[in-house]
Amino acid sequence: MNFTAPHIEYDLISPILVVLGVAVVGVLVEAAVPRVYRYWTQVVLAAVGVVGALGATVYVLNRIHPGSDHPKPGFLVAEGALAVDGPTLFIWVLILVLALLGVLLFAERQLEGGVTAFAGQAAALPGTEAEREASAQGLEHTEVFPLLMFAVSGMLMFPAANDLLTLFVALEVLSLPLYLLCGLARRRRLLSQEAALKYFMLGAFSSGFFVYGIALTYGYAGSMEFSKIAQAVASSSGSRALLLGGMGMLAVGLLFKVGAAPFHAWTPDVYQGAPTAVTGFMAAATKVAAFGALLRLFYVAFGGARWDWQPLMWGVAILTMVVGSVFALTQTDVKRLLAYSSVAHAGFILTGFLGARSLGEIHAGDINPVQAVLFYVTTYGLMTMAAFAIVTVVRDAGGEATHLSRWAGLGKESPLVAGIFAFLLLGMAGIPLTSGFTGKWAVFAAALSAGAWPVVIVAVLMSAVAAYFYVRVIVVMFFADPVGDGPSVAVPSVLTSSVIAVGAAATLVLGVVPGPLLDMLGRIAEFIR
Amino acid sequence: MSATPFIVLSAILFTIGCLGVLTRRNAIVVFMSVELMLNASNLALVTFSRANGNLEGQIAAFFVMVVAAAEVVVGLAIIMTIFRTRRSASVDDASLLKY
Repeated sequence: MNFTAPHIEYDLISPILVVLGVAVVGVLVEAAVPRVYRYWTQVVLAAVGVVGALGATVYVLNRIHPGSDHPKPGFLVAEGALAVDGPTLFIWVLILVLALLGVLLFAERQLEGGVTAFAGQAAALPGTEAEREASAQGLEHTEVFPLLMFAVSGMLMFPAANDLLTLFVALEVLSLPLYLLCGLARRRRLLSQEAALKYFMLGAFSSGFFVYGIALTYGYAGSMEFSKIAQAVASSSGSRALLLGGMGMLAVGLLFKVGAAPFHAWTPDVYQGAPTAVTGFMAAATKVAAFGALLRLFYVAFGGARWDWQPLMWGVAILTMVVGSVFALTQTDVKRLLAYSSVAHAGFILTGFLGARSLGEIHAGDINPVQAVLFYVTTYGLMTMAAFAIVTVVRDAGGEATHLSRWAGLGKESPLVAGIFAFLLLGMAGIPLTSGFTGKWAVFAAALSAGAWPVVIVAVLMSAVAAYFYVRVIVVMFFADPVGDGPSVAVPSVLTSSVIAVGAAATLVLGVVPGPLLDMLGRIAEFIR
Repeated sequence: MSATPFIVLSAILFTIGCLGVLTRRNAIVVFMSVELMLNASNLALVTFSRANGNLEGQIAAFFVMVVAAAEVVVGLAIIMTIFRTRRSASVDDASLLKY
């Protein structure tokens, strides 16, 4: 029997390989480099790795010849396991930018007095002598950087995956490091460990559904490749029960990752318990990667069965927006409030996802659904990252002051921080001249042109409800009297400040001049099949 | 030979695993139930591989096993930490985060 070696286009998948390589080297650094040098080695390694991967992405982008008259739509690489096309490359750039901001947040040492926000020694029990000793020695877990890099490599693979097996492996590679990162907070360790347990248990449960969905879809189509599944769907061969079951179970796995209702129950607990730097990164980048994968799976593989999944997704989108916005009204913890707000955002992004139409129905000048979703996740990712970065700097004696009542009077204590946070909240609410407005307009337009007007009506109503709770936070910050000493705003190092600055600047720029990015997305937002 | 009995068996195993996750309290047992779900999927993958006459399903089953092993490493580490802190592996006791 002849065995032909698979042909791998290493240059076209180099961004993934660079990040994975950096992660592996990071593990070796833990073993080989003395403890005093590890922090800086890891930070520099991770930052250089992400920047290198960005450079590699630019190289791949040039291979597609985006500016020429006949741009290539993309390449199927590694024997069709990965699709490197316009949406993939855009998502790669976005995830790598978010990863760079994540590295900066993870590296912040000034807020905790010279150590990172991660547990000094995760194995030392909370409240014991061992923990106090670890903290007195100034120990810190620098393993968080390789873990972050492993998660990023999974996130790069996830939206590019072009067969079900790669999709599954990428899902796990991105999830497993995040489960661990959630449990590594330096303060409030019980909450942090509980968040890790909940995220892990529910994540493993949902990936069980995901694998069974893969098995059923494979049974239906006789292949794992998206293109072959699309062929099977188009020819309506095989058992419909297998197709519907497989599609539904795959949707459960992916909707869990994006935090859509009714699979959102983990979101508030995990976002609240996890270290805030991890929450910020996870909220932004996981959602970007998971929506990329959701779009590719449902448009490329299941596009022909659109009439089967669209009604279900209507329901999920409506439920997600209602649950996210209504539950956020009663929250008293800022991180939990932002978590419910991210659930509501998942619903808005799903609204754009519902704009699925066959290519013939999309006229020139229309907002195409992929374009709308990619624009929305860009604005959402950068706003969320900056908002969580601000949560890390509002502190009291016990660390971060996340209770909303402790934020009363923040506008007097630090007009700058409160002002930026208010601006980001207005962006999330979708006020004109912020990027959130353009994002909402794009997803609503995409959904409307596909006839999903009932979802858009609910989305507009829920935007109004959401605006109420965002404004409530602003009112508390600026017009309420501080309780007791009031909040204090710790001065962060340049690392956290630059994350906040980048997020706020992007929110403003994409709100005032969204045209260039929207046009660019309009040109590249097409999946290869 | 018909594939149906094997698929029915895998569906039954998957359902048992699913019910186990939803009803059991001990984190380790919940975790074992998740593994049962993954193994039920493996049975389905291998059966469909035989029915379709190609090897993709069998390869996928190997990958699922590897991923399940990696999940055990991460999962047991998290459950161990929780158990050492609280002296309990019950998922009902981990209830500080709510509302």
